[in-house]
Amino acid sequence: MSVEVRRTDQGLELELTGEWVAQRFTAIESALAAVDVAAARQVSIATRQLTALDLSGAWALREFVSRARAAGAAVTFRATPPDQLRLLEETLKEVSTTGVPPAEAAPDAERALAAIGRPAVRAGRDLMQGLAFIGRASATLLSSLARPRRLRPIAIARHVYDTGMTAMPIVALIAFLISVIIAYMSARQLRGLGAEIYVVDLVTIGVLRELGVLLTSIIVAGRSGSAFAAELGSMQLNEEVDALTATGVDPFELLVLPRVLGLTIALPLLTVIADLIGLTGGALLCRYLLDMPLSQYANRVIEAISPSTFWVGVIKAPVFALLIALAGCYRGMQVRGSARELGRLVTVAVVQAIFFVILADALFAVLFMEMDV
Amino acid sequence: MYPVLQVQGLVNRFGTQVVHDGLDMEVREDEVFGIVGGSGAGKSVLLRTILGLQRPLAGVVRIAGSDITQMSDAQLRSVKAHYGVTFQQGALYSALTVLQNVQLPMIEHLELGPTALEELALLRIRLVGLPADAAQKYPAELSGGMVKRAALARALALDPSLLFLDEPTSGLDPVSAAEFDELVLYLQKQLRLTIVMITHDLDTIFRTCNRVGVIVDRRMESDTLEGIVDHPHPWIRAYFHGARARARLGAAHGT
Repeated sequence: MSVEVRRTDQGLELELTGEWVAQRFTAIESALAAVDVAAARQVSIATRQLTALDLSGAWALREFVSRARAAGAAVTFRATPPDQLRLLEETLKEVSTTGVPPAEAAPDAERALAAIGRPAVRAGRDLMQGLAFIGRASATLLSSLARPRRLRPIAIARHVYDTGMTAMPIVALIAFLISVIIAYMSARQLRGLGAEIYVVDLVTIGVLRELGVLLTSIIVAGRSGSAFAAELGSMQLNEEVDALTATGVDPFELLVLPRVLGLTIALPLLTVIADLIGLTGGALLCRYLLDMPLSQYANRVIEAISPSTFWVGVIKAPVFALLIALAGCYRGMQVRGSARELGRLVTVAVVQAIFFVILADALFAVLFMEMDV
Repeated sequence: MYPVLQVQGLVNRFGTQVVHDGLDMEVREDEVFGIVGGSGAGKSVLLRTILGLQRPLAGVVRIAGSDITQMSDAQLRSVKAHYGVTFQQGALYSALTVLQNVQLPMIEHLELGPTALEELALLRIRLVGLPADAAQKYPAELSGGMVKRAALARALALDPSLLFLDEPTSGLDPVSAAEFDELVLYLQKQLRLTIVMITHDLDTIFRTCNRVGVIVDRRMESDTLEGIVDHPHPWIRAYFHGARARARLGAAHGT
């Protein structure tokens, strides 16, 4: 028990006991809530048996005292009131209204319009800023081309290694698996028609034209797009980007360009590897699933593809690389303020990179169709 | 009566580098104890060890009489509710407002209703001298001095009797630093806190500390403020009698 209550003729006598500390706050509050002050004219509080009173305890006591006073009782302390109460009064003296004023409520129609308009304006501004980012990156690239040393070949090589070399195992594995999936699926369907030989066409054209480059890009967007955004974002949080600018080093030249150029070099190379592994996977599957001799597979591959098939796939890789790297760097450079913002923008970077890659792939499909390749 | 905090025979080592070798330290009730030491002397490692963030190789750390180096994580958790800590950079959770930062330890350790939670948190924010509108701000929107105050409000959330301050005035201008010193003294007196602070700031030491422990040669030399100033150890002499210190020797604690 935290409070002992005695009823007298004049009202209530309260004896506070034990420890009135934050850890026991709930018990104290419920004990005080149980005290019925409605009928009392006088409330007298004794604190002699109190072994500890901290701020939280004092606050509970203060709340009780003001409740009793509001109910019309005169509150007195048997001895002097505890110091902590005085500290509370001192601290809270000028606060009658705490917190922030509530925002003015707008009419419903206006709010609905605002709910459409605000995101629209934000999206428009985002688009403009994105274009400005691309523009600035291009301008930096052009001015660096004039002085090749400013292109920072060592930094570019590092990013080729980080985004390309280290991604090879996972890209190879995915390419192998995807060719297995296509071969398996098509073999089941084509066997019924006695046209198993066309499995080779499907695997070859599918991997070379579309899936090799697309899946590689998606993996790289997840790996490197997020890495770019996270690296640049935490540098922003650390004021490292500001420090670079202040020392007269263009962060676009030092941070953005090497990443963009590095990935533009690495992604086509990764695509070639994915193509090779995909074709190898197809060959193995045809050999063991369809009992097709490897020489027949090779002949069929050569018949199936036209000279442009391989290039139609690979030509897309640098474009996808640009999209991924720009999305990652742009979102990373946008980070301001907090760790949560970093997480949000890394997510946005990856989602947008993948979205733009697929969108561009669709546009390429239409384009190649029109060009008849 | 136990000392509030007692460290005995502490040994910390990273690889071949010995940071502490038989370090002893004792903090008594109601005092402000300053920890001083050269860069790399192991002040932060000492604080991390006391806070249970890292287990020492050997030695004993007693908080209110119980050895925390032998405790399980669950036991440590209940000890942690009895002290408050502020970190050098503030270490406010950047995704939360100041109010939510103060409320977080309360939600974790106490069972409070929504009104009490809000009012008690606002009380802390007022207590450290932050304006009421700071409560709804995010740490990124605060000035350096306000971040330190908000961190202090969070450290006070559970009404601790023991408070650890890591470089409380670093990065503040002299006026803000002096104000912060006064705040610490005020809270120490009003809330009867025992305070352990790591600091380099000579002004802060002379203004607030009763006793000072200096980490030299992997051990600690501690004495009253008046005593430590006359300590014969060369590093301590250099620290308290260097060009930057001489001017302050006139001023003494709390006057």
